[in-house]
Amino acid sequence: MSVETSSQKSFSLPFGKRNSGPQEGGRPLKLWQQLIYQALALLIAFIVIFPILWIVSLSLNPKNVSRPKNLIPEQISFDAYLRVLDKPTANPVTFRELAVNQLKLAGGSSIAAVLIGVLAAYSFSRFNFKGRKALMVTVVTVLMLPSIATVAPLFVLLNKIQISLGDITFNLRDSLWGVGLAVVSGQLPFAIWNLKGYLDTIPKEIEEAAIIDGASPNQMFISIVLPLAMPALAVTGFLAFSAGWTEFVMSWQFLTKPQDFTLAMSLWNMVGQFSGDVPWSVFAAMALMVASPVAIVYLMLQRYIVGGMTLGGIK
Amino acid sequence: MATLSANAPGPGNGLLRWWKRTSFTRAAYLYLIPAFLVMGIITFYPMFYQVWMSFTDYNIKNLRMDSAPPNNVGLKNYEDIFKGELAKKVQNFNFWRILVFNLWWVISNVPIHVILGVLIAVLLNVNGLWFKKVYRAVYVLPIILPWLVVATVWRNMFDQDSGSINLLLASVGGLFGVPQEVFRIRWMESIVPPINWLLPGQALPLSYYAMLITNIWMGWPYNCIVATGALQSIPKDLYEAASIDGASPTQQFFNITVPLLRPAMIPAAMVGTITTFNLFNCIYFMSGGGPLRQTEILVTTAFDLVKSQRLYGMAAAFCVVIFFVLLGLTLLTNYVTRATESYDVS
Repeated sequence: MSVETSSQKSFSLPFGKRNSGPQEGGRPLKLWQQLIYQALALLIAFIVIFPILWIVSLSLNPKNVSRPKNLIPEQISFDAYLRVLDKPTANPVTFRELAVNQLKLAGGSSIAAVLIGVLAAYSFSRFNFKGRKALMVTVVTVLMLPSIATVAPLFVLLNKIQISLGDITFNLRDSLWGVGLAVVSGQLPFAIWNLKGYLDTIPKEIEEAAIIDGASPNQMFISIVLPLAMPALAVTGFLAFSAGWTEFVMSWQFLTKPQDFTLAMSLWNMVGQFSGDVPWSVFAAMALMVASPVAIVYLMLQRYIVGGMTLGGIK
Repeated sequence: MATLSANAPGPGNGLLRWWKRTSFTRAAYLYLIPAFLVMGIITFYPMFYQVWMSFTDYNIKNLRMDSAPPNNVGLKNYEDIFKGELAKKVQNFNFWRILVFNLWWVISNVPIHVILGVLIAVLLNVNGLWFKKVYRAVYVLPIILPWLVVATVWRNMFDQDSGSINLLLASVGGLFGVPQEVFRIRWMESIVPPINWLLPGQALPLSYYAMLITNIWMGWPYNCIVATGALQSIPKDLYEAASIDGASPTQQFFNITVPLLRPAMIPAAMVGTITTFNLFNCIYFMSGGGPLRQTEILVTTAFDLVKSQRLYGMAAAFCVVIFFVLLGLTLLTNYVTRATESYDVS
């Protein structure tokens, strides 16, 4: 299997690049053409925005209706949001607690993945050593596997780690720590590969000069590569974070105690197959509250992320 | 690079010299240790353990701390999966049907994503189009939303009574005098396949089409981004020369744009293939594989075996099978990318 995966190619950033305004030399657009294109572009924009508008309108609907009549509610109310903040599901947990759990999971796993990942990425990107290719193939192979493919053994193995202290039993499987480990196992290969892609684009000249001056590999890593790779660390960390922010498979399979539940689990709890009467307004409000933090950061980092997605966007 | 580090110490100190000379190789391995240690414990060991599990009847009884080890059942799990014996425990299970549907899911999704992405990128690249920037900002919205939210929201939109799709259809139908009751479509539950001949031998229920629509909504912007990037690197004089030679816009599209986009779009399509093949979030959150497991893909089945059926040994065997299917698919996509990469851009 080749190590250079299809995702290796880095594309130039399209969005945000300026190329607006009529360019000189090109044929000017006739008015009827312009209008046809505008209609088409507007239609696409409507299709893209429609689900978002729908969910916003649903969340503001004061009646918590199960059957809204119109797209635009007659009255506007923030009751659904308040209900989410108070007690989103039947479980005795507040939105705050759920968010804190999710934050721990996403934050912890992404920091761990990036910190460990950048070391391996530095090694793969800068050194030539025996077994380099074989080890990179190993990383890519794991990267190709969806995290579900190891959920059974992780569940069984983590379940074996139990500590009993009097009345308190700690089961690694049934804790955020266990879920975090399982999440890191999925994110580490992604972090290594994504960061390696970034480090490869940093010119090696400075380091070559440093080697001649007698710098050690550690000095080069700390004082040259790491500072230059900071934006890459931030972007990779954010991508891992946003994956952890909606992590579902592991938490849904592993966790049983309501105080450990996460946002993703609760959101699914509301609409899941066995929840009979879905409180759609509350669901809509919660969906927006879950989506907006990562969406906003995504928009801000967009220019940097698009490159990263094409580099390592396998998972 | 390593040879550059020879900061030659005095002769006669062979050991020190060797130590210095190999410092870069040593560093290379040292920097890899944390990652491979962690992966060894939480990735590779579970993977090997999974292979062992796949030859046992590991189930819920074996989870207790003091329980006996599971029985060795040899290849029985694999036989049950391939020969369909598993259907006795898991209703409507049929490995080959799931595999075919999974492949069909990819085949019916990815080309639409790529073609739509390219066409819309071309539209946005038209010289002098108004509000280009606004459209570009709007079109990227699906990408920034988490799949969990997108899938649950679309599931709500396809709801029989309160979904916006049925409401929208009813209000459009109302203009033509079609009664409202017609548009109480049971998108997720209906088992009557609307188009019979689409996938021979297999039924594609309405939920498949609902998920197809959702995934198209989600999938094309990524391809549009890639295509826009590639479009902007096509030299403008190619088009000018072509139009001087009298080539129509359609001819220009097929003879300049398409061939020059190919090197960028093929890798994007391959990434899309792997992603779509494993698209747990869309299937699980929208149809849950239903109705009658007709829209189940490999990864959702694996999760169901663990989560609902609790047949851990069987799930392990299933995941080993998934591993080999994915390996085949990955090799194929790599081959396709390779074979088309040599295409000369300039």
